[in-house]
Amino acid sequence: MSEKSSTYDVEAVRSRFPIFERVVHGKSLCYLDSGASAQQPDVVIEAVSRLHRDQYANVHRGVHTLSMESTDLYDGAREKVRAYLNAASLKEIIFTRGATESVNLVAQSFARNRLQAGDEILITHMEHHSNIVPWQLVCEQTGAVLKVVPINDRGELEMEAFHALLNERTRLVAMVHISNALGTVNPIAEVIEAAHKQDIPVLVDGAQGAPHTPVDVQALDVDFYVFSGHKLYGPTGIGVLYGKESLLEAMPPYQGGGDMILSVRFEQTEYNALPYRFEAGTPNISGAVGLGCAIDFVNEVGVEAIAAHEAALLAYATEQLSAIEGVRLVGTAENRAGLVSFVVEGVHPHDIGTLLDGEGIAIRAGHHCAQPVMERFGVPATARASFGMYSTFDEVDRLVVAIQKVIGMFS
Amino acid sequence: MDNMRELYQQVILDHNKNPRNFGKIESADGFAHGNNPLCGDSIDVYLRIENGIVEEVKFEGTGCAICTSSASMMTEALTGKSEADAEALFASFHHALTDVTEADDVPLGKLSVLMGVKDYPVRVKCATLAWHTFEAALKRVQGEISTE
Repeated sequence: MSEKSSTYDVEAVRSRFPIFERVVHGKSLCYLDSGASAQQPDVVIEAVSRLHRDQYANVHRGVHTLSMESTDLYDGAREKVRAYLNAASLKEIIFTRGATESVNLVAQSFARNRLQAGDEILITHMEHHSNIVPWQLVCEQTGAVLKVVPINDRGELEMEAFHALLNERTRLVAMVHISNALGTVNPIAEVIEAAHKQDIPVLVDGAQGAPHTPVDVQALDVDFYVFSGHKLYGPTGIGVLYGKESLLEAMPPYQGGGDMILSVRFEQTEYNALPYRFEAGTPNISGAVGLGCAIDFVNEVGVEAIAAHEAALLAYATEQLSAIEGVRLVGTAENRAGLVSFVVEGVHPHDIGTLLDGEGIAIRAGHHCAQPVMERFGVPATARASFGMYSTFDEVDRLVVAIQKVIGMFS
Repeated sequence: MDNMRELYQQVILDHNKNPRNFGKIESADGFAHGNNPLCGDSIDVYLRIENGIVEEVKFEGTGCAICTSSASMMTEALTGKSEADAEALFASFHHALTDVTEADDVPLGKLSVLMGVKDYPVRVKCATLAWHTFEAALKRVQGEISTE
């Protein structure tokens, strides 16, 4: 066991997550799959439950007490997201179903109208499928071309290639903040600065960024930043699109329906103001309330303290796993966060996943919705252990012992 | 991990480590490629058939231990069978793994070590991939069979 973070009381944090009372195959739960979805603290579970028990009604335009209470909670959640990202205005915070929908919204409402045949969208080799396919769709629709920044053997962006790929045909850069398959933290500030020198807007996929590192959209000067609630200790089905007001203002609606209009006549419909213009239909009220509450909880623990704790865990896990003969880490970037991806000689990741489950250990095995990354490293899949604010050194130790057992079993 | 021994029996681990009939058949009578898009398992199956008899079955590819050992055991089980018997064995094996409502009434011999997979529904496709691929090869369908 390496040194623990001295001031971070992980047991106190952990005790706030009811899931850890769970026993799996007779063992206490060892949850190393927060990168796929984080567990929810008691306050989030209770806030969502309280909403449904005591406060629930549809939001906006309601004149009755419950509708006003729900509306306050829903709009209050938006303010919490704004503050978490340090956005300049509430108008810049759009609630979506998740990071995936946020990317699709930008692809269809922002990019599609601006793209012509031969224009380029620049992504990277380490993107999640959700930051590849929406751009492929818009390329098919417009004749634009997808360009890909290569990565090196450690899983870091080839920055020289990035700079060389930026050119007068580039209309947008879309890049992951922290890779879900490799853990690489990308130099997004440098990327944004370089792109802006050529007036190219940048979308950052923050699905793994927002939970693991402080984000200041104004300091970054990022044009779009997207994330999902369920990876930030909130519910599923709620996510966020941050967009600069000037860009959002110029974008046509993504979907039509209720709430996104001011007036509807058959001849002419007048669209609602930001952010509501991009939130057609009854929104995910409980999801937003849960996310707002999750952000409160993250702030209470402190996102920087969480990041420091996870960094210590990651360093420990990296050291312990690297020391096992037959284990190879996939993704060894200098700047990593939140997770470790690895393969074991002679054992397929799915067998590792099933065998670890027998020990009560939850990891992810597969391509992590990042097949180009798997191809780049010449593996069909990896095993991935990912951390959250509640992860412990003891869990890493359990992982290491279990991997050694798996290797013993297969040898 | 001992609670996983029912699934990862020694026979399975052995076939995984030393798969039987692993490789290509040049100028095969039947060939098919099978692929499980969910986990990336990928299997090629080659057949040599003479007078309605499966004279030789070989496979290549990458997959988990369940997938690889099932493919390996399949090649042994099918060699020497008539096409009709081979298809019947495929049907029995598939039925035994996927139909949880009926008791195991089909004698599967050595293949019964794979029945532990029934308790892990997400892994059943790992065990059936090679068999689906074999069936496609038998029908001399060229191309990709997906488990989905």
